[in-house]
Amino acid sequence: MSTTVTLRIDGRNVTVEKFSTILDAARTLEIPIPTLCHHPDLVPYGGCRLCLVEIKGAPRPVASCTTFVKDGLEVTTSSPRLERLRKTTLELILSDHPRDCMTCERAGDCKLQELAYFYGIRDPRFEGERRIYRTKDKNPCIARDMEKCILCGLCVRVCDEIQGVAAIDFAYRGFRTMVTPPFERELDCEFCGQCVAVCPTGALTGAMWAQKGRQDMRDVETICPYCGCGCTLTLHIRRNEVIRVSSRRETLNEGWLCAKGRFGYEFIHRTDRLKKPLVRIVPKSEAAALVKSGWSHERAASFFREVSWDDALDLVAARLGEIKERHGSDAIGGISSARCTNEENYLFQKFIRGAIGTNNVDHCARY
Amino acid sequence: MEKTLQALVDECRDTRGNIVSLLRRVEDHFGFIPEDAVYWLSRALDIPASRFFGVATFYSQFHLKPRGRHTIRICRGTACHVKGSEKLISRVLMELDIPPDDDTTPDLTFTIEKINCVGACGIAPVAVLDDEIVGNATLHTVLNGIRELKKRS
Amino acid sequence: MSKEVLITVCTGTGGIASGGEDVLAAFREALSSAGITASCRERCRVQRVGCKGFCSQDVLVDVAVNGAITTYRKVRPDMVARIVSEHIVAGMPVAEWVVDGSYHAFHEKQKKVVLSHCGVIDPEEIQSYRAVGGYGAAERAVLSMTPEEIIAVIKRSRLRGRGGGGFPTGLKWELCARHTADTKYVVCNGNESDPGAFMDTSLMEGDPHSVIEGMIICAKAVGSHRGYIYTKAEYALAVKRLNRAIEHCYAAGFLGKGIFGSDFDFDVEVFPAPGAFVCGEATALLRSLEGKRGMPSAKIWRTAEKGLWNKPTVLNNVETFANIPKIIEKGSQWFSRLGTERSGGTKVFSLSGKVRNTGLIEVPIGTTLREIIFDIGGGIEGGKACKGVHIGGPTGGCIPAARFDMEVDYESLAQAGSMMGSGGMVVLDETSCIVDTTRFFVGVIQGESCGKCAPCRIGTKRMLEILERIAGGRAKEGDLELLEELAHSIRETSLCGLGMTAPNPVLSTLRYFRDEYEEHIRRKRCRAAVCKALLTYSVVESACTGCGACKRVCPADAIRGTRKKPHRIDANLCVRCGTCLDACKFNAIMKV
Repeated sequence: MSTTVTLRIDGRNVTVEKFSTILDAARTLEIPIPTLCHHPDLVPYGGCRLCLVEIKGAPRPVASCTTFVKDGLEVTTSSPRLERLRKTTLELILSDHPRDCMTCERAGDCKLQELAYFYGIRDPRFEGERRIYRTKDKNPCIARDMEKCILCGLCVRVCDEIQGVAAIDFAYRGFRTMVTPPFERELDCEFCGQCVAVCPTGALTGAMWAQKGRQDMRDVETICPYCGCGCTLTLHIRRNEVIRVSSRRETLNEGWLCAKGRFGYEFIHRTDRLKKPLVRIVPKSEAAALVKSGWSHERAASFFREVSWDDALDLVAARLGEIKERHGSDAIGGISSARCTNEENYLFQKFIRGAIGTNNVDHCARY
Repeated sequence: MEKTLQALVDECRDTRGNIVSLLRRVEDHFGFIPEDAVYWLSRALDIPASRFFGVATFYSQFHLKPRGRHTIRICRGTACHVKGSEKLISRVLMELDIPPDDDTTPDLTFTIEKINCVGACGIAPVAVLDDEIVGNATLHTVLNGIRELKKRS
Repeated sequence: MSKEVLITVCTGTGGIASGGEDVLAAFREALSSAGITASCRERCRVQRVGCKGFCSQDVLVDVAVNGAITTYRKVRPDMVARIVSEHIVAGMPVAEWVVDGSYHAFHEKQKKVVLSHCGVIDPEEIQSYRAVGGYGAAERAVLSMTPEEIIAVIKRSRLRGRGGGGFPTGLKWELCARHTADTKYVVCNGNESDPGAFMDTSLMEGDPHSVIEGMIICAKAVGSHRGYIYTKAEYALAVKRLNRAIEHCYAAGFLGKGIFGSDFDFDVEVFPAPGAFVCGEATALLRSLEGKRGMPSAKIWRTAEKGLWNKPTVLNNVETFANIPKIIEKGSQWFSRLGTERSGGTKVFSLSGKVRNTGLIEVPIGTTLREIIFDIGGGIEGGKACKGVHIGGPTGGCIPAARFDMEVDYESLAQAGSMMGSGGMVVLDETSCIVDTTRFFVGVIQGESCGKCAPCRIGTKRMLEILERIAGGRAKEGDLELLEELAHSIRETSLCGLGMTAPNPVLSTLRYFRDEYEEHIRRKRCRAAVCKALLTYSVVESACTGCGACKRVCPADAIRGTRKKPHRIDANLCVRCGTCLDACKFNAIMKV
């Protein structure tokens, strides 16, 4: 039996794998279909109803994200009727959404805003009650503004399907439906921020994004310094300051990050950050006594002297040599870090075994 | 509470993980779904508490707050609506001094529930006082029934 | 005395509400104290039966003396002694309490198939069901029919899903039978939540065994060994009677391992659901049965292929299952002849609203609305003019009186903008306001939307708000067009059946009663005098005697006047509650 299916979309033939959706097929042809609740890595949901397409012979439009392709289907992705339906649905969504784009952190990066722009919706024709949520979280990572939530369910699915935490779920029903932690308490989770990454609106944003700017950002690709996974980060930089971190889906980590990678970038601009090698000039025991007696961090810095890398390495090599000579190789042990790459870890154990001559070597990830 | 919950979990061993069945038993036992019970079940069964909360708030027969000792259900199905059940409900709420946006008297004696059709449309409007059905209900007959319940408890 | 006496007392929810259990006890008591129980012994029986359909006359009691049945209406316990002494002892029925012609007219045009045992047998005793041939069909299906034969019979009968969708039942079973899987499920949808319809509940209460029997036959046909009856926990009586029936079946060997002595196993369990209208939708029901939030999902797979726990599943409505034993018993030809060319059999409706005879009725598919409302229903209460009938529950539609000659079937109703839906029929007369009833139905739907898809979640809310504006006299030009466009849009874009049909009440009434909407918007007038904000109450001075009754009951203190002089209502203070109208004995208060 054939494993592919051929269909026509907007008059063009396309052949895709069996059990692909019409949306998948259209995307291979780079035909744009608006969506708010779709994510290629998550189970299709079919909640936003914007990806409707017409199938020849079908009585009503179908959601392309939840309809499998079939041989010989003739699909139309845009028509006056479809555009009218999409616009009405968008107007409905916007009628239950605060129109405060001017202060929203997501402006410019917001799917809803972009669609409203494309469909030219300035004032939705529908007006009425809007959901009001007052509670705000206190955690330093994720800011929730659930009045902006359009209930696309991406955060719920990513938390469950990708992260395996399910810290949030839908609650209540009908117009009162909301996405919330149990019993509407404060968010208590891993703070990986996967939900922030997939949220199409300003409902979920990074708490530290606030008022750091939304325009004139420069993107820099780098590797996350936190562990050996080597996730690719995209730093969003404005005026030489990292103001957001994200990751692209095309990367090794498929765009997913953890709390450290996504939100742990504050250290970059800390004034007390260690940038050069330091060599201790006040012995450890004396220093401890001084700190205990109330020395500040700034004064404690005077326990150390800034040196070049060459000087620092010379000192370490000399001291290790001394110890090895006096006490033997087994007096030395090495512990390497999960923040190093595989190659670095390999070299480290080789150094301990080969140069120092001991098997006393371990790794922090073993604990 | 732990013992009770363990017993409830054991009771529905073959439907382990069916949150609706579990919560129904919790509700039957405690009269509502206590927050602590949900966290306990969540830990014991390794099911996220958010799922329990989602299910508990979806269905109209699950309650997260303690209920009154007596339940007064007033039907607002089509037939009852036509025969004035809305008016009856608002009058009973007023008579029992139930705060707005609430359905239970502060002393936890009575809970008023609005329900959709008990299947006795021929005698609309219908009120159900605990298990006793009052047909062709009027404010007078319902209040009388409430007084009876009060006396008994 | 060689009398054979059978007294049956209606103990459906309606019957119990009217005191059925007390009447039952009173009969037992009276018969034994009159010495009849002793003299006739086993030939004198008092039994509880399910709903007899004619709920407005409850408690209904059939007294059969040597087979001659007399039906008493509105029986109260204090009437029992006289019935026993005059009718049963002396042989003279108590004429003044016997049902009148309307009771017979009510039953004459009906054709009871599904309800044939309802109100006749004792739903709590399996022998009672056995005595009318119960489980004969299941036994035959399990022991001597192949799955293919069963499916062929059901297909030929042209039975279609009674849940409202009308999918051919035989085809559904065939699709499920075709899939091979280690487990298959048979699920019965008893989540009847339509406010104003209670046929499935009455069936589960009055004839629970027929539903179970239908499920057994289905299980055999599709090769399933596990069945669930999904019903609302609120329907305590139905849950109780189903559980009892299942217990009896296990004891009799009709359920469990090797049923009817064959090597076929089948288990059934009742799942009392905690209440959500949307769970009547197939995918939502299955998620709910799995213990999750009852949110519908897109039908990427057919239920027959991947249903409950992703296994092939047959999901049918209570009434559909109850039809099955009759079809096996009497043959597909008999059944298909009852209906129309496209759908066989009968349909149960619950008739309510402003009609004289309310209750459960069963008619062959294809019966006209006129026959249902005027012949069976006895026409409109108080001889008022009939406006129309709302069919199919909150998501159904309204059909105007001018189209009452229409034959009722799935297609004709859909064409007229309504649907078979739950089978609820609410009759509207000239005192029913179209805007108000539509607002009521949209309000029900709005409260029951699951919240998953935007058109239903927000769209129904906005529809309701526009309807509230119209009913409240706050609507502006263009609102009607906006409402219409929104309704069309919701119908085309919603995810599930609930959302798709949610605009039905709006669209059908806009189609037939647009002038009434326009009157509300432009002339701020409600011709049925229902929409509060558009009403004014005033005193007809010539009729007012100045008795002060209205003044005393007015909760807003809006009525002024001195004794024995005509009173007046202050329109600014009046909250339009209508209490004064009810209190006035002289028809001196008018609402316009």
